[in-house]
Amino acid sequence: MNVTVPMPNLSLVVPEILMVILACGLLLVDLFIPKDRKRVVGYIALAGVVVVGVVTAAFWGKMAQPATTFSGTFVLDRFALFFKEVFLFTTGITILISLKYLEIEKVSLGEYYALMLFCTLGMMIMVSGADLIVIYLGIETMALSVYVLAGFMKFDHKCTEAALKYFLLGVFISGILLYGITLIYAATGSTQLAQVAAVIKEKGLAKNPLLVLAMFMLAAGLGLEIAMAPFHFWAPDVYEGAPTPITAFISVAPKAAAFAALVRIFYHGIQLLEPQWQILLWIICAVTMTIGNVTALMQQNVKRMLAYSSVAHAGYILLGVLAANQVGVQGIAFYFFAYAFMNMGAFGLVIYLRRENIVGDDIDDFKGLAQTHPLLAVIMVVFLLSLAGIPPTAGFVGKFLLFAAAIKAGFYWLVALAALNSVVALFYYFRIAKAMYMQSPEPLPQLSPGRGLVLALVVVGVFTLFFGIYPQPLMSLAKDTAHTFMMFLS
Amino acid sequence: MSWSQLFFYVFAVLAVIMSLMVVTRRKAIHSAIFLILAFICFAATYIVMNAELLAAIQVLVYAGGVVGLIIFVIMLVKAEEDEVRQTHGQWIIAAFIALILVVEVAFVFLGNLVQRTGNLAGKMAQAGGNTEAVGLVLYTKYLFPFEVASVLLLAAMIGAIVLAKYKLER
Repeated sequence: MNVTVPMPNLSLVVPEILMVILACGLLLVDLFIPKDRKRVVGYIALAGVVVVGVVTAAFWGKMAQPATTFSGTFVLDRFALFFKEVFLFTTGITILISLKYLEIEKVSLGEYYALMLFCTLGMMIMVSGADLIVIYLGIETMALSVYVLAGFMKFDHKCTEAALKYFLLGVFISGILLYGITLIYAATGSTQLAQVAAVIKEKGLAKNPLLVLAMFMLAAGLGLEIAMAPFHFWAPDVYEGAPTPITAFISVAPKAAAFAALVRIFYHGIQLLEPQWQILLWIICAVTMTIGNVTALMQQNVKRMLAYSSVAHAGYILLGVLAANQVGVQGIAFYFFAYAFMNMGAFGLVIYLRRENIVGDDIDDFKGLAQTHPLLAVIMVVFLLSLAGIPPTAGFVGKFLLFAAAIKAGFYWLVALAALNSVVALFYYFRIAKAMYMQSPEPLPQLSPGRGLVLALVVVGVFTLFFGIYPQPLMSLAKDTAHTFMMFLS
Repeated sequence: MSWSQLFFYVFAVLAVIMSLMVVTRRKAIHSAIFLILAFICFAATYIVMNAELLAAIQVLVYAGGVVGLIIFVIMLVKAEEDEVRQTHGQWIIAAFIALILVVEVAFVFLGNLVQRTGNLAGKMAQAGGNTEAVGLVLYTKYLFPFEVASVLLLAAMIGAIVLAKYKLER
């Protein structure tokens, strides 16, 4: 038998190939670096991430049209590129805020950075997956790395418990996701999104019960990483127990990846089931926003509060998914960069307050920060304003786009509910501000942040303000992203 | 009834009996051994249905690997002597889920919801057999997922080593 193996177009997967080389190289380099100098591994990882980021950005101009390779299982379009930049940015910032934290916690393992890179690689594959199998494998690569990272501080019971909870829920949900994929295959005879969409259209399967069931399962499978109700229960425990840099990472990057995969599957695969998934997402969106915000009100631990706030943010972003129009995708894309800035910033502050014997994640640890560290307090207020969605911050612009998209699509009640929720959110974000400005400080030991953390805070702080005042550059990139992505549908 | 049909029914009935033995034995180690037998019966039915690769995987991965792991766990938690009685605390939920599954399977097959991919046996014969057919799509159409799976396993391996091996002290 004569078999010709077609050579795939490898140029489209260059960022992923670089990432694999970087992660494996890091594991090797790590062997030669003594235990007390592991931050060198972090520097190398950071430099590598920057290089991959530049290489990925170089594709932007060429990708006005989506391109596929590997027999259509891998797609590169501006949507994928945009999200890859979100992941790489988040990874870079996470490495910066990890450097000092790992030393304080005495976790000196180079594998930490390698696993983070594997995780990023998984997410990059996820957003480029044009085949459900590829998307699934991407999710697993990401999730397995994240479980280990969440449980990295083995001596800490809370940390181990968090990781185990995350792992057990994760594998359970991953089974459901896989079941959903097999149902789609059963109903359409393909796992490739474009073919699934074609078969649904051709045979009029929009009301096929198998597909509707599959849609529920896919939403559930991705809903765990998104932390949308009713799959949000893990979030507060894991956010509290995991090492804080990893908490910051989990709260942004996997959420973005799962959202991107959800949008791609729902828009490009089962878009003809829109009437069904609109009902489903409408309910989830309303419940997620409300549960997130109302429960956040009652938290005393800042990490838990930010966990519930991230659940609420997932609800706002679902508005954009629900809208299913160009402004919606633009809003989702923009929001994730804004969200990366502000959430990484807020968690960065918690790490800043980390010192011997004090975790720095209780609201009381923020008491009187305005008197002892006025600049730090100001930066925190910027992040809080942005999270609450108040101008002139990036968070406001993102929220504005999402709300506008939902209004354009006619979801008036949901937007009203979201606006109401934003008012509730103001209250708990400003509990932190109140602690910083209205309460007197307790005697604090000297804070000793690393230079990496300071740099990270400055970067995300400046971006939060800059894209709040002058959102045009990021907005037009997000617009291009949405435009090429939605071309498919018309 | 042809020979292959006869074999199919013999092994199918055996598989059901073995599966029942798995859930009714008192000793965990006995359950594990019946699980191996059940997996082998499944593999036999696959062979009857011309899926010899799947049968091999069933024996190697499930009967060999997975049950091997289960036996390791039984040894490590020293459960081999204990007689465990099923407490049936969750049987209502289990019965409910099983019922859903039965309804679903009936629904799928009677309702003609599944997309049938045409002359599968003919396609396989053209490729030179079941194993060849799988190999052909795996290294052409599904090359990328295949490569990603290798990275996934590498990440999982490193993660397992990190969690199990290193001692971290405060």
